[in-house]
Amino acid sequence: MATVEWEQALMTINMGPQHPSTHGVLRLILTLEGETIVDAEPIIGYLHTAIEKEAEFKTYHKVITLNDRLDYVSGMTNNFAYCLAVEKLLGIEPPLRGQYLRVIVTELQRIASHLVFLGTMAFELGVMSAFFYCFREREKILDLFEMLCGARLTYSYIIVGGVRYDLPDGWVEKGREFLRDFPKAWQELNELISENPIWLSRTKGVGVLRKEDAIAWGVTGPSLRASGVPWDLRKTMPYSSYDHFDFEVVTAEEGDTYARYWVRMLEMMESVKIVRQAIENLPAGPVLADHPWATPPPKDLLDKDMEALIRHFLFYGRGYPVPPGEAYAAVESARGEVGFYIVSDGSEKPYRMHMRAPSFIHVHALPVAAKGHLLADLIAILASFDPVMGEVDR
Amino acid sequence: MAETFQTTSDIERLLAIAERLKAHLGEEAVEEVKTHNGEVTVTVRRQYLTEALRYLRDHEIFEMLVDATAVDYLPLRGEPRFEVVYHLLSLTHRLRLRIKVRVRSDDAWVPTVCFLYPSANPYEREIWDMFGIRIDGHPHLKRILTYDEFPGHPLRKDFPLFWQPGMPVEKPAEEFEEW
Repeated sequence: MATVEWEQALMTINMGPQHPSTHGVLRLILTLEGETIVDAEPIIGYLHTAIEKEAEFKTYHKVITLNDRLDYVSGMTNNFAYCLAVEKLLGIEPPLRGQYLRVIVTELQRIASHLVFLGTMAFELGVMSAFFYCFREREKILDLFEMLCGARLTYSYIIVGGVRYDLPDGWVEKGREFLRDFPKAWQELNELISENPIWLSRTKGVGVLRKEDAIAWGVTGPSLRASGVPWDLRKTMPYSSYDHFDFEVVTAEEGDTYARYWVRMLEMMESVKIVRQAIENLPAGPVLADHPWATPPPKDLLDKDMEALIRHFLFYGRGYPVPPGEAYAAVESARGEVGFYIVSDGSEKPYRMHMRAPSFIHVHALPVAAKGHLLADLIAILASFDPVMGEVDR
Repeated sequence: MAETFQTTSDIERLLAIAERLKAHLGEEAVEEVKTHNGEVTVTVRRQYLTEALRYLRDHEIFEMLVDATAVDYLPLRGEPRFEVVYHLLSLTHRLRLRIKVRVRSDDAWVPTVCFLYPSANPYEREIWDMFGIRIDGHPHLKRILTYDEFPGHPLRKDFPLFWQPGMPVEKPAEEFEEW
């Protein structure tokens, strides 16, 4: 009987752009040897919305509403980084209460974003119930945000000079309630997932990103810390009073999918710690800096003071000029370093706005982590980097 | 403000690094060293870019290239029209440094640095795609955010905002003002 000799050949297959586990419209061209990944080439750009171009035609205040559409899972951090860059150009410092409120909302946003990460990753690895637990908790955070600024996804709450609104009545109690209940829900998720043998075998030792590779590829955020680099902008280059708070930088040594998952899990609890400290020590005072033209006038002055009314119309209509120059400001978002590079020519519109998006780099570092692993593991590896295609394609 | 700005001693350290870079490359390699808003920008000549980044990576330990992008200065100052901007980050020293290269539009190319910093690879493709600055020696220079058949380079200042297929990809210079 004749034997069939199979030629060992590389096979190229296409994954995406509509694959349900690609977290958006990401296409991967995979080169496989049998079931092992030899190479992966990400093809991006399906969500390209030219926000960087559009920002050149909008005033500085209106660009804020574009920014939270980039990384739509954690809009607050995008507003935050953009406002820090514009404040750098203008030379404004937000009042302390405004800085604390910024910390509160970005940390809550980090928890919400990590919950989306955990829910979707668990969903893709077959733990369907975790998805509902995660989104139930996230819903509570979105309710808090809705109470605060009326929006649930694209907030535009952080504006240049501080934040838009002070806390409404009853918000602090609801916030405390969330902080009281969340550790229990976290424990529930932890018991459900972390020791699960299927979860462990799908994630432990899979998709190892070595420390050197992570640094060379510019990987930031939890994915970098999971590779054993204790780099967290909140600690290493503190901004917005982060040095007032006591929290740990969570790291792991392994650099595998499980480490990236576990770092994010622990980070949620660190964020709870920060929010608790910020709520308890919230200083009194204004939430928005008083700048002659770059901040909106107080609403209650509009029907009393003509100058305030003029300032109001100038602010929203013509916008405010920003001194010429350039600035780069970065914050630690849920995914990594979100940075905004703004060039101003002295007019009311940014001459050039560039966003440094962590997911853009993580998607391109994916082949490094995925090489040599099975095709089925690619789903877990991709999910562990938590890319959001909105900021990859911008 | 102080929290987002690098402190005075950081700026002094960065200026010292810039001086050492100048000493390493020679006086003519560095066009300008500028301190602005608490950030230090070093403008180097194009032919020294690779060597400058190699020196900064190996000797001054700027391990990470966080960002690379370009700016089109056509309506502001004409030629040299483009500036390619590299943001370096040192995890060891906790410093940020900005390196710039000025490029003329009739000779729009920069050498690739993706052999020094792999993270430059997608950024350089984006620079090529968005600004049409050719990256010399890039292993995989393809459009990244737009599609392959796309004409023109969208983030150039003469590219119309409301572009549709079939329209010209450059606006005449006299129409800049009304934007």
